[in-house]
Amino acid sequence: MSTTRHVPQGADGVRTDGPVVDEAPPPAYSPDQASRDAKFPGVLGPVDERTGLVKAMRFGLGKVFPDHWSFLLGEIAMYSMVICLITGTFLTFWFVPSMGHITYDGSYVPLKGVGMSEAYASTLDISFEVKGGLLMRQLHHWAALFFIVGLALHAARVFFTGAFRKPRELNWVIGVVLALLAIIEGFAGYSLPDDLLSGTGIRAMNGFMMSAPVIGTWMTFFIFGGEFPGEAIIPRLFIAHVLLLPAILVGLFVAHISLVVIHKHTQFPGPGRTDGNVVGFPVMPVYAAKAGGFFFVVFGVTALVSALVQINPVWVFGPYDPSQVTAGSQPDFYMWFSDGALRLLPGFLEFTLFDTVWSMNIFLGSLLLLPLVFIIMGVYPFIEAWVTGDRREHHLLQRPRNAPVRTAIGLAAISMYLVLSLATINDILAIKLQLSINDITIILRTAFFVLPVIVFFVVKRLCLSLQRHDREKVLHGRETGRIVRTPEGRFFEVHEPLDEYERWHLVNHETPTPLALTDGAERDVHGVRRPAALAGGLRRSLSNFFYKDSIPAVTPAELAAAHHHGEHEALDTPGAAAAIGQHGEAVSDIPGAPVSGHVEDENVGAVRDS
Amino acid sequence: MSTHDNTPAVVDQTTHDRFPNPGMPPHRPRRADVDERASRRAALQVVIFFTLSALGSIAFLVAYYVIDPELKGTIIGIGEINLFHAALGVTMAMSLLGIGLGAVHWAKTLMPDEEVAEDRHPPAASDEDKAAVAQQLSHGWRSSQLNRRTAILGSAGGALGLFALPLIVPVAAGLGPRPRGELYRTHWQDGLRLMIDPSGAPIRAADVTQGSVFHVMPEGWVGHQAFEEHGAEEAMISKSKDQVILVRLDPSIIKSQKQRDWGVDGIVAYSKVCTHVGCPVALYEQNTHHLLCPCHQSTFDMTDDCKVIFGPAKRPLPQLPITVDDEGYLVAADDFREPVGPSFFERERPGLLMGDDA
Repeated sequence: MSTTRHVPQGADGVRTDGPVVDEAPPPAYSPDQASRDAKFPGVLGPVDERTGLVKAMRFGLGKVFPDHWSFLLGEIAMYSMVICLITGTFLTFWFVPSMGHITYDGSYVPLKGVGMSEAYASTLDISFEVKGGLLMRQLHHWAALFFIVGLALHAARVFFTGAFRKPRELNWVIGVVLALLAIIEGFAGYSLPDDLLSGTGIRAMNGFMMSAPVIGTWMTFFIFGGEFPGEAIIPRLFIAHVLLLPAILVGLFVAHISLVVIHKHTQFPGPGRTDGNVVGFPVMPVYAAKAGGFFFVVFGVTALVSALVQINPVWVFGPYDPSQVTAGSQPDFYMWFSDGALRLLPGFLEFTLFDTVWSMNIFLGSLLLLPLVFIIMGVYPFIEAWVTGDRREHHLLQRPRNAPVRTAIGLAAISMYLVLSLATINDILAIKLQLSINDITIILRTAFFVLPVIVFFVVKRLCLSLQRHDREKVLHGRETGRIVRTPEGRFFEVHEPLDEYERWHLVNHETPTPLALTDGAERDVHGVRRPAALAGGLRRSLSNFFYKDSIPAVTPAELAAAHHHGEHEALDTPGAAAAIGQHGEAVSDIPGAPVSGHVEDENVGAVRDS
Repeated sequence: MSTHDNTPAVVDQTTHDRFPNPGMPPHRPRRADVDERASRRAALQVVIFFTLSALGSIAFLVAYYVIDPELKGTIIGIGEINLFHAALGVTMAMSLLGIGLGAVHWAKTLMPDEEVAEDRHPPAASDEDKAAVAQQLSHGWRSSQLNRRTAILGSAGGALGLFALPLIVPVAAGLGPRPRGELYRTHWQDGLRLMIDPSGAPIRAADVTQGSVFHVMPEGWVGHQAFEEHGAEEAMISKSKDQVILVRLDPSIIKSQKQRDWGVDGIVAYSKVCTHVGCPVALYEQNTHHLLCPCHQSTFDMTDDCKVIFGPAKRPLPQLPITVDDEGYLVAADDFREPVGPSFFERERPGLLMGDDA
């Protein structure tokens, strides 16, 4: 097997058995690296003497960023935020954040003569009178949705690959705060047009705030400037939406990116990649072109979607009227989980204590749930580090299968989130599926508790199976689908061994053990329990929960042993296979039939898989 | 970094025997690296992308000035659409995607694709730096005499702790009036006629047939008139809490004596504001006499004093006591006898908000 058989990603077109390049002839055409380097541009001199710009350029231009498709998710969020800032500025030139009552006299005929707030009327004007205004509104709304989708997927990528581990815990916390603020920013934004749908959202928000124990009524009156609806909430949401929250978002975003620069980006493990380096492309020119180009791709796709797919047609809903509501009122998708929780929480959770009212049926699903979800996310890295006792720096990511319990916890949490989100459309599900809304609600109430348990076990088992599959692949090579028949009439499938680069992807990860196996004794030499034993006991059992089932990576010795059994030589030379076949060993074409290597493999897995 | 930080608390002790990292794999040239024609083709593709972008930008401007903003048309798969809007969006997308795809294609086909490695350095400072910072801090602490002058420390701490209050308190306190009795009252009162919203017609008890449903507001608070007489703010507050749903039921199916007593021959009036988070309880199912809130699906049974039979609300909808005036029109006999709308902390103890007025 020649070493050139391995091909780096992206070169698949050149791979295969074609008449190509294995010999790597001197390139017929090479990028023009032979010409002399340019001199330091003199124009920069005076600037540099006053700003020290050149040092920063040297640092920035040579910076290396690793390549992986999943790293683009955060970029989608970042660019969508920029698009929101650009289009949002455009909208502020025409939007009037006022609840003052006027009679509409614009070009949208169905609403002519209807009384409405100036906020709603100016939103109609942006949609119908300002040329290109509708496109800007659509861009703004779609970009906001892409922002939050990108952010959520980015967070999932960071979580499932363990990128939040030391030294990035703080950046994870910043990201979590960004996610919460992005949701609030989105809610504030879609509440501004003061149409019937968004007004209903504000009405619900008013109800949430009222449910806060002790301070709820006061808080609501202060935020709304009196009784609902008042005339203060839209101007206040406006200034929060265009100034306060964006300022905090951009500030935290800068901190987020600065920490990425300080830490250097994480990378997936691979040949040549270690915890001590970062392998990828320098900013100048490759990364600048790719990342800069990707901004335009994201913007372009957003523009295309905004051109062709209608979102939030406020003129259809009509102006807000507190005595009206439309069936099928749903918030934007990122508020679904909270609205869904409100639909699932049963009314009996409201109780009266000393004649004071505690509306847990509302409070739990709104004012408590929203921060709670993000607090749990924020503290997760610290909990995991404590449970696993891992205080090392990590710059190499983990494949999700190599952290089965974390992956299972994450997906179990996502399943709870999805149940809540689904509950938001329980009325639409009931209509579309011709089911009773009561049944759907009861099923979802049950699923909220049952589904995560099922998902946890299924996902954990899947991860372990995938790890076993990796072992299998390292030990016995890749299935080629080529069936060979020996002169004796036996059949077997040729397995192709992995080369060292491919193998490295499957064997580089560590196999941690529970703390109990490495920690000190629970009692000291005199048999007295150590003071920290209680916390230690909890920690050990959690650590056991986290690490007890694991499939260790293949070691060179195991691989040598597998080879020793002779299967692989057999594959290369059918004659040898026949010989082994005569020894009654190692070769089997019957599915499920034991082959010595396989048997051993199962045992290795079973040792730790209790 | 000290070795302690680097010591894994959990490593697999059994596998010191591990594969070595094979190092960076040999570079494989792309087609454009070895084939002059392929590289020229790639360059041409990049140029085409950038050119399309420029054309898109120009087309946007043309569309902006040439197309009638009212122009409508049908696009297959989408339906009727404003063509001006669609043209602006599509040309803008072309302008942006041309640049984006061109740059990415350029980077992937022609720019170097050999990965390079850069070393990482732990963010933590060296021991020397740490010692220097410790020295700076303690020196600063001592040279500013903070270690001896506790009075300065205490007074400075107090000053810094308080200076923000003059800034924060007026803002916070000025945000809104504190809640008083508003939540316990609506505009309903004894003798006010029930008016159909939005027509503003009074309702004669005899005209309410069995099974009919009316959306009702108090006399003087209906439609434009309310906005003109009371101002928009008060009119909107009225809409949000005075709204009532009026239904005539067969008196024999009404399960509650109080419900019958507060109505007129089976005509009953209930607050339409959901006791969950305040949406209008807008869906009335005539067969089952259930009221459903479209926001979170709280379901109220009209035959049983609007008690909650499903969903997240806890309390029944408050009933408005009604009677008939001399001319046979339905009028309120009183305000609601409990607060309407969502629950709030002081709901059962008005004294907490209203003091002695309660």
